[in-house]
This record gives sequence, structure tokens and C-alpha cells, in this order.
Amino acid sequence: MKEKTLRILLPVIAVLLFLIGWSVYVRTSEVSAFVLPAPEQILLALSGMIADPELWYHTRITMTEAVSGFAIAVGLGITLGFVMARVPPVEWAAKPFIVLLQLIPKIALAPLFVLWFGFGLESKIVIAAALAFFPVFSNALQAFKSVDPGDRDVMTMLQANPWQRFVMLDLPTALPVVLTGTEVAVVMAMIGAIVGEFIGGSEGLGYLAVMHLQNLAVPQLFAVIVVLTLVGLALYAVISQLRRWLTPWHVSVIG
Amino acid sequence: MAFDQSPQGPDIVVSGLDKVFGHGEAAVHAITNANLSLERGEFLSLLGPSGCGKTTLLRIIAGLEAPSAGNVQIRDRQVWTAGRRSGEATRPISMMFQEARLFPWYTVAENVALPLRIAGVGRTERMARARRICDTVGLGAFVDHRPGQLSGGMRQRASLARALVTEPQVLLLDEPFGALDAMTRDTLNLELMEVCARARVTTILVTHSITEAAFLSDRVVVLAPRPARIVETIEMPFPRPRDLDLQRTSGFQNMVGRLRKVLTEGAA
Ligand SMILES: Nc1ncnc2c1ncn2[C@@H]1O[C@H](COP(=O)(O)OP(=O)(O)OP(=O)(O)O)[C@@H](O)[C@H]1O
Ligand SMILES: [Mg+2]
Repeated sequence: MKEKTLRILLPVIAVLLFLIGWSVYVRTSEVSAFVLPAPEQILLALSGMIADPELWYHTRITMTEAVSGFAIAVGLGITLGFVMARVPPVEWAAKPFIVLLQLIPKIALAPLFVLWFGFGLESKIVIAAALAFFPVFSNALQAFKSVDPGDRDVMTMLQANPWQRFVMLDLPTALPVVLTGTEVAVVMAMIGAIVGEFIGGSEGLGYLAVMHLQNLAVPQLFAVIVVLTLVGLALYAVISQLRRWLTPWHVSVIG
Repeated sequence: MAFDQSPQGPDIVVSGLDKVFGHGEAAVHAITNANLSLERGEFLSLLGPSGCGKTTLLRIIAGLEAPSAGNVQIRDRQVWTAGRRSGEATRPISMMFQEARLFPWYTVAENVALPLRIAGVGRTERMARARRICDTVGLGAFVDHRPGQLSGGMRQRASLARALVTEPQVLLLDEPFGALDAMTRDTLNLELMEVCARARVTTILVTHSITEAAFLSDRVVVLAPRPARIVETIEMPFPRPRDLDLQRTSGFQNMVGRLRKVLTEGAA
């Protein structure tokens, strides 16, 4: 067989074998269906939920929270990263806060944000943004710092103004590295949104998961996890596509 | 055009220029007491072995690097005074760097048009001008390629095109033809000579090629390393316009021989 066919076929076979093994294990062993349902049960629950508009409502809520938080994180991360890279005193002054923020397990701040911003969408967006901020910011800071001095000389000789420098040199130079940060950030934003919904609120996939747990509807709980995974996958795919559009010249796209 | 009715007297004046990199034990004296003066439209070459401070001198004249001491004046504008910045080396100056320094996110034409874009020239006009100048340097078929798809020599030519597209009045060229074959080099030398003569561009060219320096220049400045200094400035007394036949005359051959001698004695 050709390598290309194998590359597609083998992962499919591996996943199928895993699902079959799982199914057989659940049927033959003593494990309770409340602990681990069989994959076909999960699929059944999932197909039931997909038909129900309620799932889509909760999915839309979680996506709104995650994407809003992500957008705030990207905007803030790039802006602050650029300012600190270009005005070193700002970075020196901000250093203790950066280190502190990096060390605090930001998830632990989630209850505080709920306290401050309430049980609605806002608190979830803030949590998502808090978690997603760091990967964007630290990548942006590094990327803007590593703009080649020789390239900056070119812009100096051409008397580019600060905005032209940013648009024509700094941003394109930093973009590939910043995009790598956003790949991590989008996952963090999802986590932030879900944790926020765990803690308090009455909508979103995280809330749905807690509800199913309380009703011991375990196959439905698993189904929610599957939906969450698919949402994460979709967001990640959007970022990859963005990379293709925004940095078509870069090795990460060409190579 | 304010610059055309501009000042009497020389176009570029460098006086008492010194440059030391680093401090103490690690100090590198890259330039010692350099003095240069170029008339409007004059073509001057800097000839010297690797590491003798040619790039540094050019960068100081361009205003990119501060000298340790000395003055630089371009047109009526004082760029460095006693080692301190006193002004910007501004738009009529164009510099071509030793590395091509093209931006990979732009096509060749967009790279070449960049100086015009920054100067506020509209897209249609700047792209037309970029394409025209790309044609002149033999890149007409590659305007829509990305720099990563070009050879080293082609990138240098794109970089030259970018330096010429604004029709500068002062041109600083750092080894523009280092990566080119002899034929292409001859073609571009003629092209450059024509451009500089037509617009009376004041030009400083850094090169390792003795023939190229003698062929293009009104004067050649020979530099020596350790300590970096100007050994001698020699007039190239060949009438203009010049063509490639000049290189076969005995007068030219003698001049090349003389330059080589000064160069090797300086390095010894
Ligand atoms: N930024 C710098 N910091 C420290 N030393 C430097 C710096 N730039 C140049 N030098 C030193 O100054 C000297 C002259 O360098 P320069 O680049 O001007 O040489 P060059 O004549 O252009 O050589 P080449 O023909 O190889 O390009 C060298 O000894 C180099 O090590
Ligand atoms: Mg050099």
C-alpha cells in the first residue's frame, strides 16, 4: 500500500480499535454504566442532544464567552507586548507584576472574578481572557523584541513613521510567533469559560455538564465533553487557517 | 525641488571622523581620522580589505551609527557634529545595505515600492514605478515572486532597485554587486553609471572589486585595516561617458595595477 493511504487509514483503524476495545471492556467487566458508559451509549445520548435546540443554545453561550475572552486577550497581549518591547522602562516597571501573574494559578482567581463580575457572561469572559492573556503576551513581547536591527535600519533610512514601522515591519515580523501564542490561548480561553460556568451561572456547556452530573446522566455528561472537544477543535482550526492567510510567506506555512 | 537650487560647495563632507567600538581591552578602532569631501554628482568608491571599517563609515554617513568623534554634513544639513547627532540624514539619501534586507512578507515589486509607499505615493503609481525599475535591473519576470524564491544575486538586484526607486540625490551602496556573475555585474555597472550621471547623483560605493571601483568612480579611496585609516585617495582621470571598452585600454590597466599596489601596501 502507498504511504499516503496508510497515513489516512492507520489512524482511523487505531481509533476504531480503541472504541471497540472500550465497548468490549464495558460489556465484559463489572464496571458500572454510571462510571463509564460504552461509546455507543454516548453516541446515542449525543444524537439525542443534537436534535435538542438546548444544546446549541449552551454551545453558543460557551463559544461567545471563550471567543470574547480570547479576543480581549489577543488585543491586550499584542498591545502590551509591543509597548514593553519598544519602551523598556515600562517593562522594567511591570516586571514584578508579570512574574507574579505568571506564578499565580490563574484558575484560582476564577471565584474572585465571579464575585466581582457576577454570574452572567461577563465573569466568564474575564476568566477566559485572564487565562488566554499570557501565552499571547509573552510571545508578542519576545517577538517584538527580536525584530532585526538591520530591518529597522531600512525603515529608518526610509523615514517611516511609528505607525508605518508597526504595520510594515514589527507586526509581520512578530505575527508567526504571536499566532503560535494564540494557538495555546484559544485552548486556555475555552478552559476559562468552562471553569467559570462550573463555578456559577445557569447557562453554557460547563453548566450543562454539572447538571448532567447532578442527575447522574453519565452518557450525557460524556456527550457534553465530546461537544466541548469539537468546539475546541473548530476554534483551533480557525487559528490554523488564519496562519495560512496572514503569514503565507512563513516556513510554518510553506515548510 | 528645493534641493536643486541648493547649496554651493560640496554635497557630502566628512571631517575628523573617528569610531571606536567597545571599551578598554576589547576596543576596536574601526575608523581613524577620516576626511572626505564629495561634490554634487561625484562618484566615490571605498576600496579596502574585509573588516577595515567601510560599512561602519557608510552607516555613520547615513546617520545610522554615531561616530566617536568628528562631523558629517550632507547637503546643507549637519548630521553629526563632534560625535553628536545634530540632524537626520533625510529623504534624498538612499542606502543599499550589504545584506539585501528585503521583507519576506512582501512580493519583490512591493518591496521595491516600499520607499514610495512610505513617502505616500499612491498604489497604482508606485507599483508602476517599481515594475519599471525592476525591469532595468533584470527582474521584470520576478516582480510577483517573494524574496525567498530569489537567488542571492537576484535579491541584491531587488535591493538595488529599492534604493533607486525614489530617484535619490545621494546614494550609499554597500557592496551592491558582491553576489553577481561578471556579465550581470557589467550590465548593472553600466546601468548604475547611467542613472548616477543622468540625475547627478552623489554616490559612495563600497566594493572589493578594483576594476569596478576604477571603472565607475571619479575618485577611489583606499582604506587599510588595523589601524583602520585612509591610505590614499586617487583620481580616476578617464573621460565620461565611459563604456566597457575602457577596461581594455592600457591607461585603465595601469590604474588597476596602481590601485592594487596601494591596496597591498596598505594592508602590509
Ligand atoms: N556593532 C559593532 N560592534 C562592535 N564592533 C563592530 C561593530 N560593527 C563593526 N565592528 C567592527 O568594526 C570593524 C569594521 O567593521 P565593518 O563592518 O565596517 O567592516 P567592512 O570594511 O565593512 O568589512 P567587510 O568588507 O567584511 O564588509 C570590524 O573589526 C568589526 O569587528
Ligand atoms: Mg561591510
